[in-house]
Amino acid sequence: MTFIPKPQIDLPGQHENDLGLSLRDYEGSLSTLCAGCGHDSITAALVQALWEMSIRPEMLIKMSGIGCSSKTPAYFVHGAHGFNSVHGRMPSVATGASAANRDLICIGISGDGDSLSIGFGQFGHVIRRNVNMLYLIENNGVYGLTKGQFSASADAGSTAKNGTVNQMQNINTVATAISMGVSFVGRAFSGDREQLVPLLKAAIAHPGCAVLDIISPCVTFNNHEGSTKSYAYTREHKKQATETDLVPPRAEIKASYYAGDTHPVRLHDGSTILLKKADPDYDPTRRNNALAYLERHRRRGQIVTGLLFIDQNVPDMHIQSRTVATPLKDLDYRDLNPGSAALEALQRGMK
Amino acid sequence: MPATQSRVNDFVLKIATVNGTGSASANGLLLKALFRMGVPVTGKNLFPSNIQGLPTWYEIRANKDGYMSRTGRVDVMVAMNAQTYEKDMNEVSPGGFLVYDSTWPRRDVLARDDITVLGVPLAKLCNENFDVARLRILMKNVAYVGVLAALLNLDVDVIRKLLQESFAHKPQLVDSNLKAIMLGYDYAKQHFTCPLPVHAETMGDNSNNILITGNEAAGLGFVFAGATVGAWYPITPSTSLMDAFSGYCEQFRVDPETGDKRFCIIQAEDELAAAGIILGANWAGARAFTPTSGPGISLMSEFIGFAYYAEIPSVFIDVQRVGPSTGMPTRTQQCDVMMCAFASHGDTRHPLLFPANPKECFEMAITAFDLADRLQTPVFILSDLDIGMNDWMVPELTWDENYRPDRGKVLGPDDLAKMDRFIRYLDSDGDGITYRTLPGEDPKGAYFTRGSGHNRYGAYTEDSDAYQDVLDRLLVKWQTAKSLVPDAVLSRAMQPTKLGIVAYGSSDGAVIEARDRLAERGIHADYLRIRALPFTHEVEDFLHAHDTIFVVEQNRDAQMRSLLTLESADTANRLVPILHYNGMPIPSECIVSGISAYQEAAA
Ligand SMILES: Cc1ncc(C[n+]2csc(CCOP(=O)(O)OP(=O)(O)O)c2C)c(N)n1
Ligand code: SF4
Ligand SMILES: [Mg+2]
Repeated sequence: MTFIPKPQIDLPGQHENDLGLSLRDYEGSLSTLCAGCGHDSITAALVQALWEMSIRPEMLIKMSGIGCSSKTPAYFVHGAHGFNSVHGRMPSVATGASAANRDLICIGISGDGDSLSIGFGQFGHVIRRNVNMLYLIENNGVYGLTKGQFSASADAGSTAKNGTVNQMQNINTVATAISMGVSFVGRAFSGDREQLVPLLKAAIAHPGCAVLDIISPCVTFNNHEGSTKSYAYTREHKKQATETDLVPPRAEIKASYYAGDTHPVRLHDGSTILLKKADPDYDPTRRNNALAYLERHRRRGQIVTGLLFIDQNVPDMHIQSRTVATPLKDLDYRDLNPGSAALEALQRGMK
Repeated sequence: MPATQSRVNDFVLKIATVNGTGSASANGLLLKALFRMGVPVTGKNLFPSNIQGLPTWYEIRANKDGYMSRTGRVDVMVAMNAQTYEKDMNEVSPGGFLVYDSTWPRRDVLARDDITVLGVPLAKLCNENFDVARLRILMKNVAYVGVLAALLNLDVDVIRKLLQESFAHKPQLVDSNLKAIMLGYDYAKQHFTCPLPVHAETMGDNSNNILITGNEAAGLGFVFAGATVGAWYPITPSTSLMDAFSGYCEQFRVDPETGDKRFCIIQAEDELAAAGIILGANWAGARAFTPTSGPGISLMSEFIGFAYYAEIPSVFIDVQRVGPSTGMPTRTQQCDVMMCAFASHGDTRHPLLFPANPKECFEMAITAFDLADRLQTPVFILSDLDIGMNDWMVPELTWDENYRPDRGKVLGPDDLAKMDRFIRYLDSDGDGITYRTLPGEDPKGAYFTRGSGHNRYGAYTEDSDAYQDVLDRLLVKWQTAKSLVPDAVLSRAMQPTKLGIVAYGSSDGAVIEARDRLAERGIHADYLRIRALPFTHEVEDFLHAHDTIFVVEQNRDAQMRSLLTLESADTANRLVPILHYNGMPIPSECIVSGISAYQEAAA
């Protein structure tokens, strides 16, 4: 008997999840982004989250628009179908795919340019429709792929690499999403994996459109002094409002989880999102409260992170449309076609 | 203008009213009464881009020979709109008749001595006989049905039966409507010589025909095609198509017990989103379509090119209206042929289908999906406002119970199990069409769909050869498409001729009538009706077999002619454009005069 505990060697790919899959099974092709790009950290967090959740790769669809961020679906879960669509239009394609097959787990990846400028309309409408998906905005304040122009998320007063000062107000993704009636929205930082992984899991489990605004520094065009989306600035100004964890269906919720100000949010599939408030005066189930909190901290120059608003009871697109439980793509043609007798009867009224 | 003579079952009746006054049901009643009497009929709406208060017309052509197109003639005009009275009166053909509401005096200046003016105090009759204010207004329009029944010899029993059918759930409405009709009927009988020289008589049998609009037929066709996802953004004249699809889905695809729906219709935020939605849905394995009109196609173009290059089946139906820009939204043209053929940037080309009438709208809705799934590409149905929104008489729609959708080359888990590796863009059959898989089935079938340069594995590439390999294969697929699209329809002239007519879509009716009229003048022409792009081999054969080919179309720039010259450059100088593009459906007269003039000049 030894009293020295055996060291745990945590090599990725060695552990297996409930499906018997290793982390490696959740990886994709090699990233071609710049070394140090925040987007790559988000990809790694996604790999971790999907592996931990034992998501069947074939049930996942990875959707995106155009941009450095939108390239990332190629870099995780090679066993899932991916759809790199056109600039700013990922939400509509995700909506259609989800309409055809409601069983799919849909992850849409977008950038601040993709979602807040060219795709601002689709961003708003996918929220209104509450399409069941995780909508990630990898937010770096610039258009990375077209070489560093300001995006609509750039803060007023922040500077570009060449010194140009942005004069316009920014579009606050989280506040915008809340005002459009989003059913789940959070903010995170690509550099804080501890916070990001559980937040991703909660967002994937959420039965509706879960928007995550993830500050994801662009090391090439927006990581300088004067930027408000750099690694240093984000680390310094980040303020965590909530801590999140996802307890899968059937798992036991230990009493110790309830330490402090923790609220369980039960989802329809039996899983539970545990929400621990880092800040006692924050209530992520009330829109007004959330908006006021965001605004208060924005004025103090703080970047609020965490799960910021949730209402798990907003009906998703399929509940709104009363679609059958069977994915539409799997319906038998005989159940879709009225047949010749019906056609004949129908035409009696056309004579 | 040809003079109105004594004619049975051969006349044009035009009714001028105000938008939003409920005249649509009165006009429908007239159309159906003639239809039930066995007379071939069509009804065309000429309506403003407005909801209430602007002038609107309904034109019924009754023709024993079955000619369906517009004529330049008006034999009987019902002028219910004081605002357009003068214009309406001027439109009546010499020898024709004008019915107006004589409750108010008519100004003398508005006189013509070559037509017969028949005044009926419609408003007065209704005011004296109905108590409720709203009824008085509505019944005025119903009363002119009675006047016309007397003047045109319509069967009152048929009208009564029609009313009973349409108000089966509200019998009291049958009585009030019938009362209004008889007011008009009796007045006409007492004051005029009935029937007029132009009138109807019960003739053949229409029991194997139906009255339907192209949009209703296409909406129904999409139900039969097994489409489960429809996405759209409202635009005239395509809106009634989605209304029809939605109505038929509610009728046929809702579980009576649970209320669960076997379809999902999404009203998108714009046409870009509508296109994205149907791409996503088709990619994920449903059959999805979007109805739109020209401006919508303009917006959808980026996605259309994406679907072409990433090879995603998708069905677009463009109910064409008058362009450019917003143009005249409630008028008709065939002006989007070029745009749809090559929609989007880069080297793209798309199969197009040209229905000529509602029956073909129904059939081509199904063909379009089979083609899209088989070819893995966007397919366009080019209807137009004339077909889509007007009432057409067509043979009853039939259905083959053995039909099963052609879902094309889709591999499932069983197929994949037999393969070493799945390669998305590998042309293993040599027809340019590669195999696809659906998400949600098997990780072995996973692939990455992208609009950026890709090789046959679907992987991103900037390698010249690998890129060109895929682009060239798409041309092979285009060649394959030629053997799959509906062939052109050839009608030979009564005698051998070197003259040909090429037309497509809603110009068909006018060409049919024009050919008969031209034949009477000794001008014989073979007729080829194109039903699809890419052109099938008969098209090329036809062009080569004729010395002069008149290409009839409803746009300014001879768009189909341009496509023909691209395909068959050596015949370009034989192609003579016959164009009509003022927004009204093409009349046969335009073709008769165009061809006659050309022949005279050539002689
Ligand atoms: C219609 C269209 N216009 C412009 C572009 C060029 N473009 C590519 S990516 C991009 C901006 C991407 O910015 P963002 O979404 O923030 O992604 P990032 O690269 O910063 O991750 C632009 C303007 C395009 N691809 N398509
Ligand atoms: S340019 Fe910026 S956003 Fe794009 S890969 Fe490089 S670091 Fe990332
Ligand atoms: Mg960006």
